[in-house]
Amino acid sequence: MSILSLIIKREYIARVRNKSFLIMTFLSPLILVGMILLISYLTQLNSEDKRTIVVVDESGQFETVFFNTDKTSYVNLSDQGLDAGKEVAKDDAYYGLIHISKNPETATNPVTFYGNETPSFDYIGDIEDRIEKRITDQNLVAQGINLTALETAKSTIDINIENFSGESSSKMSNWVKAGFGGAAGYLLMMFIIIYGNMVMRSVIEEKTNRIIEVIISSVKPFQLMMGKILGTTLAGITQFAIWVLVGGVLLVVLTAFFGVDPSAATAVNPAASQAQQIAQDPNMMIELLQEVQKLPLLQLVGGFFIYFIGGYFLYSSIYAAIGAAVDNETDTQQFMLPIIMPLMLAIYVGFFAVIDNPHGTVATVFSIIPLTSPIVMLMRIPFEVPLWQIILSITLLIATFVFTVWFGSKIYRVGILMYGKKPTYKDLIKWLKY
Amino acid sequence: MNSLLVADTVSKKFGDFTALNDVSITVPEGSIFGLLGPNGAGKTTLIRIINQITMPDTGSVTLGGEPLQQHHIRDIGYMPEERGLYKSMKVGEQVLYLAQLKGMSKAEAKTRAKHWFEKLEIGDWWGKKIQELSKGQAQKIQFVVTVMHQPKLLIFDEPFSGFDPINANLIKDEILQLRDEGATVIFSTHRMESVEELCDHIALINKSNKILDGEINTIKRAYQNNTFDIGVQVVDETAFAKAQQQLASSFKVTPAQFKSLGNEHKLRVEMGDNGTPNELLSTLQTYGQVTHFVEVIPSVNDIFIQTVSQNK
Repeated sequence: MSILSLIIKREYIARVRNKSFLIMTFLSPLILVGMILLISYLTQLNSEDKRTIVVVDESGQFETVFFNTDKTSYVNLSDQGLDAGKEVAKDDAYYGLIHISKNPETATNPVTFYGNETPSFDYIGDIEDRIEKRITDQNLVAQGINLTALETAKSTIDINIENFSGESSSKMSNWVKAGFGGAAGYLLMMFIIIYGNMVMRSVIEEKTNRIIEVIISSVKPFQLMMGKILGTTLAGITQFAIWVLVGGVLLVVLTAFFGVDPSAATAVNPAASQAQQIAQDPNMMIELLQEVQKLPLLQLVGGFFIYFIGGYFLYSSIYAAIGAAVDNETDTQQFMLPIIMPLMLAIYVGFFAVIDNPHGTVATVFSIIPLTSPIVMLMRIPFEVPLWQIILSITLLIATFVFTVWFGSKIYRVGILMYGKKPTYKDLIKWLKY
Repeated sequence: MNSLLVADTVSKKFGDFTALNDVSITVPEGSIFGLLGPNGAGKTTLIRIINQITMPDTGSVTLGGEPLQQHHIRDIGYMPEERGLYKSMKVGEQVLYLAQLKGMSKAEAKTRAKHWFEKLEIGDWWGKKIQELSKGQAQKIQFVVTVMHQPKLLIFDEPFSGFDPINANLIKDEILQLRDEGATVIFSTHRMESVEELCDHIALINKSNKILDGEINTIKRAYQNNTFDIGVQVVDETAFAKAQQQLASSFKVTPAQFKSLGNEHKLRVEMGDNGTPNELLSTLQTYGQVTHFVEVIPSVNDIFIQTVSQNK
């Protein structure tokens, strides 16, 4: 067996056999599912909170605006006046009081909400809309406009998007693409952080165990570093595979068992709530599946593979170099910024710029810059990226990957034999010349 | 005798710091070679260069006449001063892994490992993890790992630190046996007792320069100073006091430290080129019974301290 495969094998076995790996692998899907269930339960609990609000409408025009709903019921005390209404609201511990002054069209602050707590924006916005609509309707009637005629005259338009070769796409297809790209990019970031850290810890472990000198009297530091990165990658892939399997099965089983809708937990996300609507509508479900089939799947899988490996190697060689430079994990903090910064930037650019405009300047530039390209390009690929951009981005990624591995191995070679000194960035530059 | 390893004017700088300055050593085949020097002298750097962990800036190293190449790492067994093993790995797996890294096949490694485990009577540790062993036990494993692939050249950096006296002796005997079987050994240490016992050649490195090297007895002879420790059971105290003054006028006389049962006068007399042992002995005889008369051979420790302080 070659030296490199020996090292890969040892690293893989060492990672996989580790107790914390086993615990992490089998416990974290349980924790994740538990969290989702807990959050959806809490959301339901939160929305079940009923409140009663006193209405004092001195203009007498808005009585029908305040109708009771599941969450809110109204007590109309317009005949008792504002002060008496306040007393009642306080004594009966009502949630609040809405006061509308006599001439809402002309007063400066026609509507006021009184209460101990500030009500949610959603609620205030809802009340504003209702009152606005009522006043607008009254104004329209005053202008002699028939409201029913106006209502029937309204129309809605869904723009059909087609490219020049005749393939049509829809808003839904955009959501599907964003979902796929976002998931791939996010997965890559998590993978880099979790397994990059693992590489780093394993380097530090060899340093603190003092076995490092024994090893590198037999193998080249470069072989050791690459073996470590590859072995840890394989362990990572194993863990992810187990997660996907175990997590998926658990989610299905639990959902069926408890009848809790897990997607309620992510309802704050507009994309997810769209997905929820989709899931509820069987016709849309078929459309969704059609859209998934229409995705450039081959490009997507191939791109995922290339960017995953390129991006992961690029970052984990930096992680390995950091591990080599320090004596213990607490000293790594100062070197973390160059890793975390581009990753965060890539994720933000991905979730804002790419989803907003996948082929805009910002998205394009960041999908070509090597440190951010793996994540940003993965998010763009579902939207069909010009071939030259992909080629340029991959070429740059490979060049940078070769450079960081070289750079990392230089630091690694010197760093693994340095003890008792907390290096600065200046020291690292000096080590390159040793 | 052929030389197995020759380092020729090797220099190494780390930034502004010179770790080795034109150091040359020649290690004869089948010898035990002591590489001595205070902490930070550059011993470890030289050893790392021999192990191809670090590359020299200038100078060259040859092993068996060939310039050092990648495949030579199989001919070298190295036990570094900073040593350790994977704590959570099982002893057997670890030994096999490290032997395979040195180019042995798995089957071969297994046979050799079993042989050593039997020899050192540690067979029942095979399935244990390193963290379950004591420090001394782990050191034994470390020794097995170092010698398992039957290297031509064995390098030990401070080998006895961490061993209890019994195990240190055991390891020492194993090293001597390996030497007798044809291996060449380099010892790096600043503990002189072990050098005295084991080494036949030494090189002394101080502040990145080699300041002394050669065969140990030749060096000792060069530092021999015609010095004797004497003990005399004196009859006439006043006469002896005079004689002592006379001795002190021509030689350097200091009180000597050695163990004896009587209450004799104990002196150390450094004669240099001014006298012979016979003359000294006949003078002493006239004052009483000479109970002790031993030449002081310079210990490696003395030579070490003397040369290092001279070079300050």
